[in-house]
Amino acid sequence: MCGIAGLIHRGKSSKVGHELQGMLQALKHRGEDSTGYALYGDTEGKNFIMRVKVGENVGEGSSSIAEDVSVYDERKKNVESYLSELGAKIVKEERVLPYSLRYEVEYNKKDLLEFSQKIESIPGVEILSMGKSLEVIKDLGNAKMVCDRYNLDKVVGTHAIGHARMATESGVDIKSAHPFWGYPFSDVSVVHNGQLTNYWNNRRALESKGMRFMSECDSELIAVYIAEKMRDGASLEEGMKESLTGLDGVFTYFVATKDSLGMAKDTMAAKPLVLYESDDLVAMGSEEIAIRSILPQEIDTYDPFDGEVKVWQI
Amino acid sequence: MANLKDTEKKTKSQAMGMHTEVLTGRTQQKFFNPDEAENFYYFGTYDVDFNKRTDLDVKDMTAADANKKIDSLMSEGYGTIVIKNPQGKHSLGVGILNKLNLIFEGSLGYFGMGSCDGPIVRINGRVGWSCAENLMAGKVVIEKNAGSCFGAAIRGGDLICKGSVGARTGIDMKGGTIIIGGDAGAFTGFMMQRGRIIILGDVGINLGDSMYDGTIFVGGEIGSYGSDAVDAELTKSDQDWLKRKLKVAEIGENFDVSKMKKIVAGKKLWNYDNLEPTEKKGAI
Repeated sequence: MCGIAGLIHRGKSSKVGHELQGMLQALKHRGEDSTGYALYGDTEGKNFIMRVKVGENVGEGSSSIAEDVSVYDERKKNVESYLSELGAKIVKEERVLPYSLRYEVEYNKKDLLEFSQKIESIPGVEILSMGKSLEVIKDLGNAKMVCDRYNLDKVVGTHAIGHARMATESGVDIKSAHPFWGYPFSDVSVVHNGQLTNYWNNRRALESKGMRFMSECDSELIAVYIAEKMRDGASLEEGMKESLTGLDGVFTYFVATKDSLGMAKDTMAAKPLVLYESDDLVAMGSEEIAIRSILPQEIDTYDPFDGEVKVWQI
Repeated sequence: MANLKDTEKKTKSQAMGMHTEVLTGRTQQKFFNPDEAENFYYFGTYDVDFNKRTDLDVKDMTAADANKKIDSLMSEGYGTIVIKNPQGKHSLGVGILNKLNLIFEGSLGYFGMGSCDGPIVRINGRVGWSCAENLMAGKVVIEKNAGSCFGAAIRGGDLICKGSVGARTGIDMKGGTIIIGGDAGAFTGFMMQRGRIIILGDVGINLGDSMYDGTIFVGGEIGSYGSDAVDAELTKSDQDWLKRKLKVAEIGENFDVSKMKKIVAGKKLWNYDNLEPTEKKGAI
């Protein structure tokens, strides 16, 4: 059991970091092994923001093996060296935690595949997100712990999706935590609640087409599946609709891009989702209490039906 | 309890002519007996006065504390309780085995009004998954929408949602009536065993999948039929019952019930064997 939440402000910005923290904290009983945020800034900047991890959090019930901080330092040095080789200029860098890095980089090529492959060729390095408005922040612990650790409370943006995880089929570590970046597409992220039963069949097929997997978490498949459809020219909504038959199992998931947020529910409607829609805000979560954390007044909410796909624009 | 060995000895209810069958064989059935007064009361129920009314704000209470407080108010004789600020909390109003008018001014989360027997409940909001699961008797009215597994395994009572409901409505239900004013999701009536479901709007795929018995009435479009769910003739008696039920439920009173579809179990999936293992040996 995991919890997912998302919101999109239409026509305005808000403190989405604070709002999503409240929604995910309300769902912490659904899992607090790890919590992740995909936050979308309110304006598309000129530069890319790259969130990278050079190691794992080995505290708080982690299933990862401890490494010396000097290993992280070495990986960081390699990342910066590779950025230079790729022609990416570091405008700003921030080492939030010993294993967690944030870079603002000037990079003029549109195709991020070569870029990502180069950076991730460094053992132990994973790009958590790459985009001009997206930042994926994920770590072990509940929503408040992660929010405080990364100072997300003041982040202003238009939309966000997040995930409170109860680890089941893969480890308690950051690499298995959600959201997943829609590699190698700028500003695409995914969160998922459920289980996919044709994970390996799909994974093998997608890997043979050159798509990359970083974990063994079945939810990562959704990000890769949608990314591959978009690579072939499908729109976000078309890709999501195809997933209803291409993915087997029970699922509710959200996908966000720089200007939209979508939800999909499997054809058996086996996983929960509650939705609130108004002209200026759409909020959704695994349980109503997530929405109530930002809208305590009486509002009209509903459950989407089986096989339903919806996409909203900012 | 009826004496299985000595059918000459009648219980008082038999003497009153309330039932006439003579029990033979292995069937065990407990008949109504007015002498056994203790059977008519649950432990821990209260005499309440419906005119004695109070408000309870649960904004800063846990569900457990709120439910204890409802119990405490009933013990003080309050028969009408208005719950303020439920704010989507889970498990509110569960396990009420009492006559009570309960009004929620807002929405409930999961498992609201579960395992209840007797209260009359109005929820002026939405409910999450598994509302009124295992309802035995009483009436629960939801003014807005409801989540999945609405009325799972209910045994009796009326469960009414004026809006739309999610998937698996009435799953495993064993009695009672569920009435939906709007649409219903996939697998409505999944494995239902008795009781009736009325849906005025459309319904999703696999309607009545693997239903053992019971009846489903649909006013709108059906996504698809589940295994062993089949159409049946809508009789005059059905229509009269639907009209009465919709009127009592304060929902769709003017709905044209004559165009509703009636779905029942085809009973092709039944693979029950009424013989006990010892009897099977005898048959062989």
